Order: sequence, then C-alpha cells, then structure tokens
Amino acid sequence: MASTPKEPRGWKDLPIGAVPYRLSTDYKTGDWRALRPVVDQGKCVKCMLCWLFCPDMAIIWDGEKIVVNYDYCKGCGICAHECPVNAISMVPEPTE
Amino acid sequence: MTEAVKTPKIPPEEQELLTINGDEAVAYAVKQSLVDVVAAYPITPQTIIVEKFSEFVANGEVHTEFVPVESEHSAMSAVVGAAAAGARAFTATAANGLALMWEILYIAASLRLPIVLAVANRALSAPINIHCDHSDAYGMRDSGWVQLFVENVQEAYDTTIQAFKIAEDERVLLPVAVNLDGFFLSHTLENIRLLPDEKVHEFLGGYRKVPKVKVDYFDEEVPLMLNPARPLSFGPLDLYDYYFEHKMHQVEAMKRVPEVVREVNDKWYELTGRKYGDGILVPYEVEDADIVVTVLGSTAGTVRHVVKKLRREGKKVGMVRIRMFRPFPHEELAKLLKDAKVVGVMDRGISFGSYGPSFLEINTALYDYKEKPLLVNYVYGLGGRDAPPELIEKMFEELLKDAEKGVVENKLRFLGVRE
Ligand code: SF4
Ligand code: SF4
Repeated sequence: MASTPKEPRGWKDLPIGAVPYRLSTDYKTGDWRALRPVVDQGKCVKCMLCWLFCPDMAIIWDGEKIVVNYDYCKGCGICAHECPVNAISMVPEPTE
Repeated sequence: MTEAVKTPKIPPEEQELLTINGDEAVAYAVKQSLVDVVAAYPITPQTIIVEKFSEFVANGEVHTEFVPVESEHSAMSAVVGAAAAGARAFTATAANGLALMWEILYIAASLRLPIVLAVANRALSAPINIHCDHSDAYGMRDSGWVQLFVENVQEAYDTTIQAFKIAEDERVLLPVAVNLDGFFLSHTLENIRLLPDEKVHEFLGGYRKVPKVKVDYFDEEVPLMLNPARPLSFGPLDLYDYYFEHKMHQVEAMKRVPEVVREVNDKWYELTGRKYGDGILVPYEVEDADIVVTVLGSTAGTVRHVVKKLRREGKKVGMVRIRMFRPFPHEELAKLLKDAKVVGVMDRGISFGSYGPSFLEINTALYDYKEKPLLVNYVYGLGGRDAPPELIEKMFEELLKDAEKGVVENKLRFLGVRE
C-alpha cells in the first residue's frame, strides 16, 4: 500500500468521481482548533457522554480513562457542554 | 422526424403498439431498463411517472427498490446514495421540485454518478403555475448534467432508455436529464412502439456495470462505488488545493458526451428504425434556408408544420431542433446556421436581465464567423402559453421582414404576450 505522495498532483493523475487519492489518516483535521478540551480525571465519572456526543470521534476510551485525540478534535466544545459533572474545560491553544 | 430504416433489427410489427402518455412512456422505459432503485416524490406534471412506476412495483412486475421520500431534495439524495453504491438509479421531477434538488444535482454530477432524471418541464413560481416552460431545465443548466429534450411521446420512451446507456458509458459517467414538456407530452396520449423487455436489457448490456478507478491506497484498480471490501470516500473536503482539478474531470467528461450520444442514437436506429437527427440536432429544411428557427421540445412539431406550409408558398425557411442542450453543440449548430440570413431563437424561458439561455449559446456559437446571420430571440410560451401555428407563422413573417431590411432593431421579442 502506497502512502500519500508529497507533490501535489495534476488533474489527469487523480481518480474520477471526487474520490480522494490521499488517505484520511494523513489529514489532521484538528489542526485549526482554537480551544482544546482538557479532562479533569478527578472529576470524571466515566459516563461516556462526551464519547457519545463528540461529532469527530475524537474522544477515546483507553480502557481506564477518557483521552482526547487532538489530531482530530476540532475544539467545538460539545463534550464540555454535555459533561454532567463539568469535568471538561476548554482551554485556549497557545498562540505563537 | 423519424425516418424508417430499411431493416431495423426489430421490425415495427414486433414492437408492441401502445396508446399512452409521455409520463407513462417514461415509466415504461424505466420498468424495462433493469433499474435497481427509484426514489421519488410526486409533483405535477411528473406525478404519473412515479404513480405508474409504483404500480409496477406493487404488482411485482419489477425488482426495483422503490423509495418514497418526503421531498425532492431527499429523492435526489437517495438516488445519489444508491448510485454511489453501484445501483442503476432513476428519479423524476418538475419545476419547484427540481429547484429543491438543486444542490444535490451538483453532487450527483461531481461524483460522476450515472443517474437518470426525467423532468416534466414546468414553469417556476411565482405565481404558481403547473404548465410547461423550460425555466426549470434552464435553472439546472450549469450543474454538470447532460440535458436532452424530446419532441414527442415516442421519443420520451426511446430517450429514457438511451439515457441510461449514455450516462453509464465509461467515457461519460455523468447524470442525464430527459426533458419532456409538461402536459404537452406528459399528459398527452400518443400511439407509440415499445421494444420487448429482453431487447431493452440487451441494448443496455444487462444490469449496471460499475467502472474501476486507480486509487493509490489499493494495489489494483477498484470499483468506483461504496464497498466495504474496498472502501472509498466520495466527495470529502477538497479546498483550493484540489477542487479545481476535480472540476476538470467534469469539463473533460462533457467533451466526450456528443460522440456517445451520436453512437447511442445510431445503435437505437439500427435496432428500432427510429432516430432523432444525429442525436444532438434535428435539422429540417435548413440547407438553402434564408430564415432558420431553433427550438427545443414539443414546439418543434408546430414549427415543422409551419415550415412545411411556408415552403409550399415558396418561402425559404427551415428549423433546427436542439435535442441536446448540455453539453451545447456550438460548432455543429453554427455550421447549420451560419449561412442563413436571419436566425430566430425560440426560448421557452428567459434569464431575467439578459436573453433566453439558448440565445446566449447561439450568439456564442456564431461569434467567430465573419459572415453570420442576424439573430433574434423569441421568448414564448411561458407558463404554458399556447404557441399555435398562426403565432409561429407571425414570427416567420417578422423574420422574413428582418431579412429584407438587413437589420434587426429589436433583438429580444416576446411571442404571444398581450401588450
Ligand atoms: S471539543 Fe468537540 S471535537 Fe473536540 S473532543 Fe470535544 S466534542 Fe470532540
Ligand atoms: S462526559 Fe464528563 S464525566 Fe462523562 S465520561 Fe466524559 S468527561 Fe467523564
């Protein structure tokens, strides 16, 4: 299996039908986030509502606790809004 | 006009004669075309198509999945999903229903899904009007669909079957809209000849075959469809980095449409003895004509009748019916029109603040010629307003006068409207 080539391609080398030739794993769709969710593990009651509501499947249950995959979290804040015990806070990303 | 071939593979006597209206003819063609999925929402004057087809489904006469949806937006979305999953898919609509499909029309074309859509042409609101004009079809002009216009009920049947063949051709892979004039064709009974089911199956090469594409991720070519074994994403985010390149695919595909439409027209002719010009343009008495009128859809019958009459009176007049509006046959049409003195372009619709859409195309087609005819745009028949022979004759008389004078004062004229 080939990986995503680095050079941009011309239209003649693209598959038709608006099908991407790049792998979706190469797209880090979370790189434009302004606020990031941070989980306070002390407060978290492991209800999994954040996991259920995250529109980007960026909340992961690692077997013991909730973790956020920041490669794909877009910072929408839905998880923080839905958390019944306010265990998630939205923290500004560093700006520089 | 259809002329008989000497020995069509299926002679007329082996083609069942039925008296049906245009909508039923479309439904019948879909029934015979091994269509996997039909999603539809009824809207006048298209309703009979889906009514008739749902009857076929209820009677167990077809093996089609019929999806009754709650709007045209959903109808088009459902056939997009079905076609992306590899199905042969069909839907039908008219006027405001087509307008409601608008954003999904673009998606169907960009994803290169060979969907067939019947449009029973009808005026767009307001005021609400259920009768024929082409403003609905003109509205979808830039969406990337192939657009064919038929003249009579027989052609509605023939073209619906042809549309699947054209759409699914690997050189094309674009959705095709078959336009039939609302009420004039959708609700009018005519005697038509139908092929036996198995001949239609043969013509289409059986069920839909999905083409293959090369995607880096897989070592071999994979079917261009939603398939868990070979998963592909259709139409995800594509910004300024690749959107433009993907649009080029549509530009190129459109270029290949005319040859395929011509081929399919020829094959149909061999099979049935029926053809429609070269599939793209249907000229009548244009060779030596001083005055040529261009027209789309069912009005062509009336114009031909008037041309016949005027020819008997010794007037050099002719007509070209434009059967394929997208892609527009600029060069072919210019060749037919360039030697006329005056060309009257009939548009059953208008681009407000401009001219009728075919007029704009024909201007473009003729611009590069040094010697070219004078052009007049006749906007007519809006909201189903009748265009009887007397009115068409009046138009020809005006055009003959323009030819005498050698100048056109009023380029945009409205035919049949009260002052
Ligand atoms: S901020 Fe939004 S995207 Fe990120 S983890 Fe929470 S719900 Fe998911
Ligand atoms: S919603 Fe809040 S409490 Fe529930 S699992 Fe997520 S972080 Fe923990």
